[in-house]
Amino acid sequence: MQPQIMGGPLAGATGGDGFVVFDRVQKSYDGEVLVVKDLNLSIARGEFLTMLGPSGSGKTTCLMMLAGFETATHGDILLDGKPINNIPPHKRGIGMVFQNYALFPHMSVGENLSFPLEVRGIGKAERDEKVKRALDMVQMGEFVNRRPAQLSGGQQQRIALARALVFEPELVLMDEPLGALDKQLREHMQFEITRLAHDLGITVVYVTHDQTEALTMSDNVAVFEDGRIQQLDPPDKLYEEPMNSFVAQFIGENNTLSGVVQQISGDTCTVRLDSGEVIEANPVNVHAPGERTLVSIRPERVEYNRARLQEGAFTLKAEVLEFIYMGDVFRTRLRVAGRDDFIMKTRNAPDAERLEPGQTIEIGWLPRDCRALDA
Amino acid sequence: MSDETNSGPVLTADGRSLKKSLQRALRREKLRALMLIAPLLLFVLVTFIAPIGDMLFRSVENRIVSETLPRTVIALQDWEYESGEAPGEAVFAALAEDLREAVKAKTHTRLGTRLNYELSGMSSLFRQVGRKLRRMDPDKPWREQFLKVNKKWGDPEVWGVIQTYSSPLTAGYFLNAVDLRLTPRGVEQRPENERVYIMLFKRTILLSGLITFMTFLLGYPIAYLLSNLRMKTANILMILVLLPFWTSLLVRTSAWKVLLQQQGVINDVLVWLGLIADDQRLELINNATGTVIAMTHILLPFMILPLYSVMKTIPPSYVRAAKSLGARPFTAFRRVYFPQSIPGIGAGAILVFILAIGYYITPALVGGRSGTFISNRIAYHISVSLNWGLGAALGALLLVLVLALYALYDKIVGIDNVKLG
Amino acid sequence: MKLTTTLMATSALIASSLAAGAEDMTLVSWGGAYQASQQKAYAEPYMAMHPDVNIIWDESSAEAVAKLRAMAEAGNTTWDVVDVVAADALRLCDEGLAMPIDPDTQLAPAPDGTPASEDFGDLLVSECFIPQIVYSTTFGYRTDMVGDKAPESVCAIFDTETWPGKRSLEKRPIGNMEWALICDGVADEDVYDVLATEEGQARAFAKLDTIKDNVIWWTAGADTPQLLADGEVVMGSTYNGRLFKLIVEDKQPVAMLWDAQMFDLDGWIIPANLSDERKARALDFVYFATDTQRLADQAKYISYGPARKSSAPLVGKHAELGIDMAPHMPTDPANAKHTFLFNYDFWADYRDDLDAKFQAWVSK
Repeated sequence: MQPQIMGGPLAGATGGDGFVVFDRVQKSYDGEVLVVKDLNLSIARGEFLTMLGPSGSGKTTCLMMLAGFETATHGDILLDGKPINNIPPHKRGIGMVFQNYALFPHMSVGENLSFPLEVRGIGKAERDEKVKRALDMVQMGEFVNRRPAQLSGGQQQRIALARALVFEPELVLMDEPLGALDKQLREHMQFEITRLAHDLGITVVYVTHDQTEALTMSDNVAVFEDGRIQQLDPPDKLYEEPMNSFVAQFIGENNTLSGVVQQISGDTCTVRLDSGEVIEANPVNVHAPGERTLVSIRPERVEYNRARLQEGAFTLKAEVLEFIYMGDVFRTRLRVAGRDDFIMKTRNAPDAERLEPGQTIEIGWLPRDCRALDA
Repeated sequence: MSDETNSGPVLTADGRSLKKSLQRALRREKLRALMLIAPLLLFVLVTFIAPIGDMLFRSVENRIVSETLPRTVIALQDWEYESGEAPGEAVFAALAEDLREAVKAKTHTRLGTRLNYELSGMSSLFRQVGRKLRRMDPDKPWREQFLKVNKKWGDPEVWGVIQTYSSPLTAGYFLNAVDLRLTPRGVEQRPENERVYIMLFKRTILLSGLITFMTFLLGYPIAYLLSNLRMKTANILMILVLLPFWTSLLVRTSAWKVLLQQQGVINDVLVWLGLIADDQRLELINNATGTVIAMTHILLPFMILPLYSVMKTIPPSYVRAAKSLGARPFTAFRRVYFPQSIPGIGAGAILVFILAIGYYITPALVGGRSGTFISNRIAYHISVSLNWGLGAALGALLLVLVLALYALYDKIVGIDNVKLG
Repeated sequence: MKLTTTLMATSALIASSLAAGAEDMTLVSWGGAYQASQQKAYAEPYMAMHPDVNIIWDESSAEAVAKLRAMAEAGNTTWDVVDVVAADALRLCDEGLAMPIDPDTQLAPAPDGTPASEDFGDLLVSECFIPQIVYSTTFGYRTDMVGDKAPESVCAIFDTETWPGKRSLEKRPIGNMEWALICDGVADEDVYDVLATEEGQARAFAKLDTIKDNVIWWTAGADTPQLLADGEVVMGSTYNGRLFKLIVEDKQPVAMLWDAQMFDLDGWIIPANLSDERKARALDFVYFATDTQRLADQAKYISYGPARKSSAPLVGKHAELGIDMAPHMPTDPANAKHTFLFNYDFWADYRDDLDAKFQAWVSK
């Protein structure tokens, strides 16, 4: 069964008259397989949109079509209302940051930044002025005469960013720009990039396979899989309300229980799990009784402390298999409804109990947090 | 001990000097490294360094005169070429004595050949006197008897040559290799109609440069195409690139002749198309054009391979980046792609140029009179005229030339800017 | 018991093969049709008579002088008998790389008892040289490209008005200088005296200058036949045997121009400093291979004249084509009306000198 694109023709805050529009875009390399299937997407001016997905999901192809390095097999891509399918990349005026930065190794930092200005025929004085401003913007002013090879990864990243911004494009594309950095630097740069994007008011299309990056940086995230957008929503909505089981699995940690829908009534449904238990769930992506479903519950929405269970919570027996102390949280692996990989996350609160393996407890959750999705 | 300075040496845990411990550890590593390269080192020494050393030595070695005519050489020390007259009886007597031994050992003909390089007629002079020596009377004056055999023995030029070349080392071969010659009167230029080597050196460099440029012109687009194809397709095309290596030289030469000669395929087609008149067929072979065409063909892979391997390492994202920054495709190529392929061009150019400079079979086969190289003369002196000294001097000059060009390249482009892959 | 027999048999086999290996004799020649004629006329009958000798061929005659010198310097001469042109034999003898031969004691007399020195006569140009064949460097021309005037004189080479088109000449001074002087009016007998002078050399070059742009210079014997066959040249010089093959065997529209053909000799030398055993074997082979009948036999396979006077009457028909070989020999009276004998002594002295001048001239 194919997952569906949720939310009508286009979900989220964007409208059909966005700054960047993909209109029924398809792409095939070999004439047999579509790597991008019927893509519709609208990005508003000033928006920070992230294309998130596993490798091979079609997100990079979409970015390359937007940049002009790949042509769409079918459909239109519009920039500021004008179709750009037949405009070569160098005339699109889109800034781009590449995965490995693609800083020209035979040019100094200053020459790298000056390059886009030179090819636009901007005079020397103005060039120097703009280069200086761009370098100061990324706090790299003193490195103007260095070669890229003499810079650290993080510094190269900043230069790549400055180069993509120096000619003041309205749209900047970033293809996994932080992939080569270590964790700490990456987090710092995530912050820097979003800050710059907001300060300059530019539109950013950002490609990554790192969900944390996507969640922390973006206004909207488009989750790609199998050449389609599985869900397009702001980060919180994406996390809290995954519309299908792929998104639920891909974003954050997730417990799934499989079963069959027994009945649906309004915003609740009952599901008979494969182990025999019957639970209540939120029917997000099921339509009729008898349908197979995967029920999804976030580990942090599972509670065992009766005192904290809210009213209407559904409870189930569980056996503690493993207790992992992680500092701020406890992570407990449980056997629930015949599955050994059920995870519960509890906050390390002053009154938190440390569970022992072998202990039998009763866990519970709110039916609306328990989302019945496609199987 | 030098280590025990005021500051005090740093000691290891067991009290020994740290420096020495380190040296010992490093020495073991160096020794192991040496052992690893020893077979190659030995191989290179035996098959490369030694022959080149031998060649360099031959280009100045000249013991033959003093070894064959030891007494004459000593006796000649008192004679002066400027006197304008042949030396006296004492020298002739010494020569007779030397020659008697030389004839017995059959070395007089070899000496004649050696001196003939400097003055024609010397070879027959020595052979002649060698035949008649037995019948000469040791009691009569030698001078008259020698002059009777050949009056040239009275010519001071003959004696001047023997005297000039009596030292065991000589610059004669090198002078000869640059169209000069060492005479009793000093170094002078060879007659205009004998000057050939400087011209051949110039031509060799010029044509090799042209060939290098042609291989670059033809090879660059091919290498670019190959590096941008899928591995499988690229490998198949690479086989075509390497094809010249797999055909025998004679097959190739015949093919060129069939194609390039005046009654050949190319001319036939041009005449048929009406581009040239039948009586104005192009001369594409047996001249410099033939050499350039054939050598460009042969050496093309040596340009393509390094170019390909360098281009293969240039990520496509550079050109994309340039385009995304607003550069037209040609500007992106010129400013971004091309500079990064320069190490490949450097490696290919050095390889092709050095190979071209030393090629001799192909120029000999298709070069006619205007397309032969200095190496053809070296081959001639090594295998036909047996003037190994001159061949060695020419070879040594060629070696120096290559090294000089290499140094020049290092100065202009930088040798670390060469990449074979 | 059985094992012992096997072992003995094996060692006997090894011993015999080693013994057979010790009887290898290396002959060096030019390859191609010429070597094939030697194989048929000399080597095969010799091996039939001496089953213990195994003849190995090496096609290195073109570089024989350089290789022999290198072998002698390395102290390991692996060749036993070497086929070289007379000029190379002279050089090898001068260098002490070839062994002197006494023709009357070491070579076979003629069938009528005439000593070898008389039978070979003038052709014994060096004391190390055992003559084998007389060949000539001569001209061939395209019969379909000379119009109705077939060239009869060597000077047709220099007459580009009557016979326009390219000519092929060997890229060395030898031969070309002589022909230039002859066609510039120097009498045959004066050629080398004139050529020994600066003015004479200048005169020869001046004559060659008149056709410089019309010459394709060849370096390999196969070049001129190919150029003639392709119609690239109207006439050209090469070895007469090559032209024989082109005309008679390949039936190309080419004819011989024998005028002023330049006789040259090819023969054997035995390297100096062979072990007594190898020397004896080499001498035995040479004694057999240069006797009157063997030299006449070779002419059955190739159109080069035998070096012995006594062999001439025995020259018969071509072994495969069945045609009479005598009219195709350079020594045939009809062909030898005007011949030119190469002066070895002159060229031994002037070769380097004239070669430098020739190369300088030809390169400009």
